Amino acid sequence: MNRFSIGTHAFILMVLAIGVIYSLPNLYPAKPAIQIAYTDSGKSADQSLLDQVSEILISKAITAESVGLKDNNIVAKFSSFDAQLAAKSALQRVLLDRAVVALNLEPSTPQWLRSIGGGPLKLGLDLSGGVHFLLEVDIESALDNRLDSLLNQYRKKFRDDRISVESSQKNDKELIFEFLSDEDYSKALKIFGDDNITSVGTALYDLQPSSIRNRVSLAYSQSAIKEIRDYAVGQNLMTLRNRVNELGVSEPIVQRQGSSRIVVELPGVQDTTAAKKIIGKTANLEFRLEAASTTSSLRKEEFDYQDERMGSAYLEKNVIVAGDRVTNASSGFDESGFAQVNISLDMQGGRAMQKATSGNIGRKLGVLFVEQKNKSILTLDENGQEVIEQTSYIEKSIISLATVQAVLGTSFRITGVGSPQEASELALLLRAGALAAPMKFVEERTVGPSLGKENIELGIRSIIIGLLSVIAFMLFYYRWFGLAANIALFANVVLITGFMSLLGATLTLPGIAGIVLTIGMAVDANVLIFSRIREELAEGKDPQTAIQEGFSRAFVTIFDANVTTLIASVVLYAIGTGPIKGFAITLSIGIITSMFTAIIGTRAIINLMYGNKNIQELRI
Amino acid sequence: MINLNIPFMSYRNIATMTSLALLALSILSLGFRGLNLGLDFSGGTLIEVTYSEAVDLGEIRDLMTNNGFDDFQVVNFGSDTDVLIKVADKDGSSQLGDTIFTFLQADDPSMELQRIEFVGPQVGSELRDQGGLGMLVALGMILLYVAFRFQYKFALGAVTALAHDVVIILGLFSLFAWDFDLTVLAALLAVIGYSLNDTIVVSDRIRENFRGERGFEPEEIINRSINQTLSRTLITSFTTLLVLLALYFFGGDMIRGFSEALIIGVLVGTYSSIYVVANMLLGLSITQDDLAIPEAEGVEFDEMP
Repeated sequence: MNRFSIGTHAFILMVLAIGVIYSLPNLYPAKPAIQIAYTDSGKSADQSLLDQVSEILISKAITAESVGLKDNNIVAKFSSFDAQLAAKSALQRVLLDRAVVALNLEPSTPQWLRSIGGGPLKLGLDLSGGVHFLLEVDIESALDNRLDSLLNQYRKKFRDDRISVESSQKNDKELIFEFLSDEDYSKALKIFGDDNITSVGTALYDLQPSSIRNRVSLAYSQSAIKEIRDYAVGQNLMTLRNRVNELGVSEPIVQRQGSSRIVVELPGVQDTTAAKKIIGKTANLEFRLEAASTTSSLRKEEFDYQDERMGSAYLEKNVIVAGDRVTNASSGFDESGFAQVNISLDMQGGRAMQKATSGNIGRKLGVLFVEQKNKSILTLDENGQEVIEQTSYIEKSIISLATVQAVLGTSFRITGVGSPQEASELALLLRAGALAAPMKFVEERTVGPSLGKENIELGIRSIIIGLLSVIAFMLFYYRWFGLAANIALFANVVLITGFMSLLGATLTLPGIAGIVLTIGMAVDANVLIFSRIREELAEGKDPQTAIQEGFSRAFVTIFDANVTTLIASVVLYAIGTGPIKGFAITLSIGIITSMFTAIIGTRAIINLMYGNKNIQELRI
Repeated sequence: MINLNIPFMSYRNIATMTSLALLALSILSLGFRGLNLGLDFSGGTLIEVTYSEAVDLGEIRDLMTNNGFDDFQVVNFGSDTDVLIKVADKDGSSQLGDTIFTFLQADDPSMELQRIEFVGPQVGSELRDQGGLGMLVALGMILLYVAFRFQYKFALGAVTALAHDVVIILGLFSLFAWDFDLTVLAALLAVIGYSLNDTIVVSDRIRENFRGERGFEPEEIINRSINQTLSRTLITSFTTLLVLLALYFFGGDMIRGFSEALIIGVLVGTYSSIYVVANMLLGLSITQDDLAIPEAEGVEFDEMP
């Protein structure tokens, strides 16, 4: 009685073995490393870059433990932090702007573990240090921009088709057109009707024609708005990925969250201000012609220069090309040694630029810098309390206004952009691709590297102290049975670590708290079983039957109790973000592994101790 | 083995009074003082820095005032070299933390940045809504599960016990003006899980005893069930408290609110699993018939004509 079959033992050992094997990578310390990638994000690191890196290291007599290709980067591992730093400055001096050289910590997981998918636990930002940003894409202003250019597009179309428009204007979220003759009105309706389809086949506009005064109002349909939003967020996501890439951070996260937000996580980044400067530049660009003195005031707008000393200038309302058409940009020097920015546009942008400049040589072309800013005012809420109301507004300023010297196409340059530094900063932003819609920071969390390290140390210390005190108590209170429970408890911690590493889950500080809590609660199952066995013994059952009954009768209770905790942690996972999700994950994994170790694991040990033996008295 | 027979149920009126008094106090405090919402929910900027030696908070306050800040808090965090500055959300600008860090560092270059947190007002209110909703969803799902596994009277008892625990913890956080942030919310949900664990163990025994033995008064059966599970309840609470105390004393300051909430939760949860559920069951006048194992309604097959 009370023996497990060989199959059951094999199963338990197999689960344990998996847990142990996949926990192993956590015992190998991370090695200082350097990660090298081409600045141009489209280019993957190749053999020639690898050779060059090796050469540079040899010429400086820096010994690397290994240099090799990994994903799109070159990774060099070093035995000391000094070597790592020396290598970084040596590489940077030679590779300059061509490649991004970033400090990094590489896991030193042995090959055989890596080949079966093993790797150490990922650390959350609160443990590794780094920055977490949540950015919100301003869809409203993307829509507003679209409407503006739509208005211009139709005005031009009607002009070309000789349709006379009595009035055309943008009113909040719709465009309103009025036509003089019925004939023009129906022609216009036909044009709108022909355009009224999105790429997925749904209606692009909500059209409301009214024959009184031959008036049509046009607004984007819900599906078109969704498409515009997806496009804007997708475009910004790509732009951010490129910008993050320029920072040279290992394992960054750039992800869409919800309908219009983007999460950016940069583990290990120490200079957060620099990171923020690059990522947070919510800049967009607009190329517009300077307004001629004869341009009607409805068609032009006045903008200030970014450099306050320069005053202001009038530009046409029509945007020739926006920043999302920019494919590349670099800084350089012109013939007379002043800084300049070379710009390349995509085909569509090039055509638009060509069209706009062909009849306008000698006029000036302005580059507008578009930034989102916040303003707050004090207002009274419904209870008469003073509250701060926040509005964000868009500031556009001229960064360059230069004479068009020739018909511009897909590539041209802007001169007179200030110092070489300013030129290269502008080029960097342009190169990383401008944003389809402005963004603003809605959340930011920066954790310094020392705090992250402290959090790990404190976390591990509390796990150990918690574990030891529970182990001591269980031994004292339940003796041999306590020993069995303790072995199961220890196995539980190993299993949690192993499965979290295997699943690629992220360990956070609340996650560590989750493990500690699991340790405290995991013994509950054993306590339930042992109390049950005591009761069965008190009722006069013989030891073997008592063990049997104790386990089976406690099972239902343990199951119900754990399922409900699991429900709570699933809800937590659904509502939580970052670290809290980490807590929910460890708690869920902990509940499942603890049921396995506490019920099956403990039973196996107890069976080995007492099974098939003739016991007269059971001390529990 | 100690065979306890404490007449828990004879004290149930006192327990009811105590619970009601605690609940009333909590609700009053929540109503009048509200919760001291942490950054996650209130929105704003927080910056934590470490100085090489103990620093005069007054000096930092002066620095802040001189730089044009008026609505802020400066406190020590954990030790007297660690300083935490909280600035109420003014213009939702994510630059605030950097600005403060820059002028603090200009004043004392040896100072080191620990963390900057900025939560926009909109995100804060969203997290508030999500958190509240999450609690309700969790309670609702648990109600369904317990009703499905046990019986609706147990489900009502269990959920009352959970609500009881949650309100009292919230009340204490409000009364002592402790920071209520996301980690505390996580702790609250863990308390729900824990307290339920306890409640189910007791309920399970009550159900078993109701089914097993006929001819006893419900009060007597409930009392016996509580006594039978008492040693388990106390031992589990004790081991959980052990690890929580380890976390409280050794886990660092960032996790202290979490451990606080859980420690209170374990204490209140232990009490509520003994009294609240039992009280509810008696209040709903549970009978043996409520728990009779339903007779399987045999599906009958008629021979096809």
